[in-house]
Amino acid sequence: MVNSASMATNDNFGQTERRDAWWLAPLLTALGLGIFGIYATWAAFQGVNYEWGPYLSPFYSPLLQFSWLPRWFSPALLILPFPLIFRGSCYYYRKAYYRAYFVDPPACAVGEILPHKNYKGETAFPFILQNLHRFTFYIAVIFIAILWYDAIVAFDFGGKFGIGLGSLIMLVNIILLSLYTFSCHSWRHLIGGRLDCFSCSKMTEARHKAWSRISLFNEHHMLWAWMSLFTVGFTDLYIRMVAAGVWHDWRLF
Amino acid sequence: MAEALLKVYRGDEKTGKLVDYKIPVEAGMVVLDAVHYIQGYYSPDLAVRWNCKAAKCGSCSAEVNGKPSLMCKTRLDDFDLSQPIEVRPIKTFPLIKDLVTDVSWNYEVNKTIAPFKPKTENTDEWKVYQEDVDRVQEFRKCIECFLCQDVCHVLRNHDKKDLVNKKDLFAGPRFMVRLAGLEMHPMDVANRIPYIKNEAGVGYCNITKCCTEVCPEEIHITDNAIIPLKERVVDEYYDPILKMWRAITGKS
Amino acid sequence: MANLNEKLETHECDVIVIGAGGAGLRAAIEAAERGQKVAVVCKSLLGKAHTVMAEGGIAAAMGNVDPADNWQTHFKDTVKGAKYMNHWRMAQLHAQEAPDRIRELERWGAVFDRTPDGKILQRPFGGHTYRRLCHVGDRTGLEIIRTLQDKVVHTPGVEVFMECTISHLLKDGDRVCGALGYWRENGSFVLFKAKAIVLATGGIGKSFKITSNSWEYTGDGHVLAYDAGAELIDMEFVQFHPTGMVWPPGVAGLLVTEAVRGEGGILTNSQGERFMSKYDPERMELSTRDIVAKSIYQEVKEGRGSPHGGVFLDISHRGAEYIKKKLPSMYHQFKELADVDITKGPMEVGPTVHYVMGGVKVDPETCQSNVPGLFAAGEVAGGMHGANRLGGNSLSDLLVFGRRAGLGASDYVKGLSNQPKVDDTDVEKAIQEMLAPLDRSEGETPYEVHRDLQRVMQTEVGIVRTEEDLKKALTDLKEIQARAEKVKADGLRQYNPGWHLAKDIKTMAKVSEAIARCALQREESRGGHTRLDFPEYSNHWSKHNSIIRKESDGSMTVSTAPLPEMPPELKKLFEEEKH
Repeated sequence: MVNSASMATNDNFGQTERRDAWWLAPLLTALGLGIFGIYATWAAFQGVNYEWGPYLSPFYSPLLQFSWLPRWFSPALLILPFPLIFRGSCYYYRKAYYRAYFVDPPACAVGEILPHKNYKGETAFPFILQNLHRFTFYIAVIFIAILWYDAIVAFDFGGKFGIGLGSLIMLVNIILLSLYTFSCHSWRHLIGGRLDCFSCSKMTEARHKAWSRISLFNEHHMLWAWMSLFTVGFTDLYIRMVAAGVWHDWRLF
Repeated sequence: MAEALLKVYRGDEKTGKLVDYKIPVEAGMVVLDAVHYIQGYYSPDLAVRWNCKAAKCGSCSAEVNGKPSLMCKTRLDDFDLSQPIEVRPIKTFPLIKDLVTDVSWNYEVNKTIAPFKPKTENTDEWKVYQEDVDRVQEFRKCIECFLCQDVCHVLRNHDKKDLVNKKDLFAGPRFMVRLAGLEMHPMDVANRIPYIKNEAGVGYCNITKCCTEVCPEEIHITDNAIIPLKERVVDEYYDPILKMWRAITGKS
Repeated sequence: MANLNEKLETHECDVIVIGAGGAGLRAAIEAAERGQKVAVVCKSLLGKAHTVMAEGGIAAAMGNVDPADNWQTHFKDTVKGAKYMNHWRMAQLHAQEAPDRIRELERWGAVFDRTPDGKILQRPFGGHTYRRLCHVGDRTGLEIIRTLQDKVVHTPGVEVFMECTISHLLKDGDRVCGALGYWRENGSFVLFKAKAIVLATGGIGKSFKITSNSWEYTGDGHVLAYDAGAELIDMEFVQFHPTGMVWPPGVAGLLVTEAVRGEGGILTNSQGERFMSKYDPERMELSTRDIVAKSIYQEVKEGRGSPHGGVFLDISHRGAEYIKKKLPSMYHQFKELADVDITKGPMEVGPTVHYVMGGVKVDPETCQSNVPGLFAAGEVAGGMHGANRLGGNSLSDLLVFGRRAGLGASDYVKGLSNQPKVDDTDVEKAIQEMLAPLDRSEGETPYEVHRDLQRVMQTEVGIVRTEEDLKKALTDLKEIQARAEKVKADGLRQYNPGWHLAKDIKTMAKVSEAIARCALQREESRGGHTRLDFPEYSNHWSKHNSIIRKESDGSMTVSTAPLPEMPPELKKLFEEEKH
């Protein structure tokens, strides 16, 4: 048997010969995701100020209100798990939080915390569930449809077409959410990536075209992930502030 | 003439240290030039692998200031020359001497991969279009520098290199790229999906993308090779709907 | 000498293949598939051989793009490019068999660029009448080596010995019987007992200062064969590739693929003049390499060179996207190493030592040398490319004659009635010679001698030669050979490049002498051999090959042999054209 032992298995956490600021990227990621997580949790538990005029916060859409639910139970809690598992099993976010929170690894060629032998990666529970990412995508698509409906309704001011700043924010939000959702790696695979021969029939040629387009968007999956994360949070914040009377919605039309 | 201070690892697996060398810097000089200068004028026995000096053969992999790099395309003028430049061997494989490591494990892994198996031996009948091979050609750019293997934490820190009973084995990014090139080849009929899941250990990859970051050929290792392979494994093993579909239609 | 008591690692096989480039791997596959036990011994890791440096493509008259192409045209192009100096039979076999070798590669998993109708795409190249070079962007060699590498790994009967250098061939009487080598990793010796040996060691470029070749190109096979009693042919023909990088200094000599010209690159001098119109108005940039190289040399010499002593090569008119798709590694090479964006502006290029046409004289059908059991294929073999090789003909040469050498070796082994025996005293003598530089307490470093050797070859046996320079070179080489015998290698046997070079410089000095002797003898200018004092073709020399031989007293002699005459049906091909 060949000798293959790595010389880095005993490296301590953070041990590296790198001299650049390797810790900066994971730190910013941890902060970004952390701030969003705290805000989203807080907003989800509020149970109030999630709608104003034609606007409905994306954290609360679709709005499911049941009389049998206790009053303190925010309707957001019924629906937020679904976008959460979509993002949680997303191939980009996996990289982001494995690096930033699990420090496995914290950055390239930098020592880790966990003892090396115990590493299971995505072969064991819970991370083996990441393999079901495509199902979370299917659900996410339903949400995208609903949020498009919300965004269109946001231009309907009591039966009359209007444009408020909130309408535009909701529109931008759903565009970015759509870009993020449809640049998904699983979707890219299903639409055409799983084929070995693109030229074999009219159908596979069409799927190749779709795959090529999605591949272009997929290259920027990380960008869409961050931008849509920001806009979805900001959309909620905007509506919340307007509903609470802190901000005033600016009507353009 | 400008000078650079190189600190180069000298020694073997048991003992070794960084040794200082002062190098006169010429325009456009790369780290490998500096190493050759050391051989030519200071230490003829400094061990280093290199061949083409043009980033085509993938021999001169090392860690320059802690970053896995090809020495032949790492330029000295990219560094602040008031600081020393540290050159060490790649860390994920056993050291032989100085900058040379024993990468034979990789060749052993390669042997376990089922070879290309064409639909028909008669290539005159082959109609293969550019759109069918674009993906595969990206993977075949690989020059086997093994920098991705070096930086991959599954191999580097977790040492998943057990070729004997293959439970603790991750074939590594280089061989995921090779497997993707075979699996996506329009004329290939072998099925390597069980191997990819059970032996090559694709599940060990947690897509933290360091392989993609260091690839000198700019292959999108994670997005274009590993993730698509993970998805193909899902098709075969984890997707109940596709399983049902296969059971009903008998198609794959 | 304690080390002689070491137990010598010994391997027995039928065929040793020395070198794991295209020719070596193809030979190994062929021999193994014919039932031989094969050892492939290579100096580098598997898959790093010089074949990966081949960029532009592999020539074969498949007619995918230009249906009019056929082997006869390829044959004619090759012979004309060679200035009629090659062995007609080799050129014929090469042109006839190349398409099959390429289809075979495809069957083994190679992925070439495609035509719109799904066939292998072919591009134009210097000296080829039709678009003939099958390619994969500008990394065709990598594709070929990877395909063969993966094929070899799955061919039963082949064992690969990586990072192992063969230093001596061993003989039993006049037949070969084995080879001695050392592991680069730990410096211990290893003996291969074999019935046949295939040399596939590549070229000699490291004897020159400005070269596109790697450290491996020290002429090992040429000298192993010569020392074993084989004849070398036409060693004066050294190809200067017209386009190597000239700036920055660290990369001077690095290859700029001919595919740049194939894809429409234009050569200009400092006055913006497209100078090839003066030297070869018909073919312009797509003229043969010898002519383009000499034209560039002339332009620079007459003061119309670029700032760093080359000329300009511009492809930017093809547009950024096309260039990045068809010439990706050139784009990166210039961007990263020279700060030049070739999609926006010209490159600076100049001639660089690239290839040796001369080599071991072999039988075209079997690739056997005049030493029984010793075969040679690829760059180390001579005769195929005459005075000048066409671009793209090297990769096809590797496959066609790699296969034939494997076949020849296999047949030879099958025909042997008794197993040749290794003489232990030969082995001991070889080991002693190898260890001498380590045992010396004083002496120059081999690097110093190497630098001087490169300077001598570059300036005195370079792109243009004179009697005076060549005579001086022979004197200088004698002195360098003497110095090479006395160098000291610092350090231990473990992975010690200085020690390795101590052997290599002896080899390089010897092969350099062969080049210089042939160059002095041939009093004419032809292809890769240009004499300022004999600037024209000579009638006498057009009918003669140069031959290098080792005499029984160990001295090197140069002589001539008549060029094999082409049969009438092939001659007719050239006459038809004249009418």
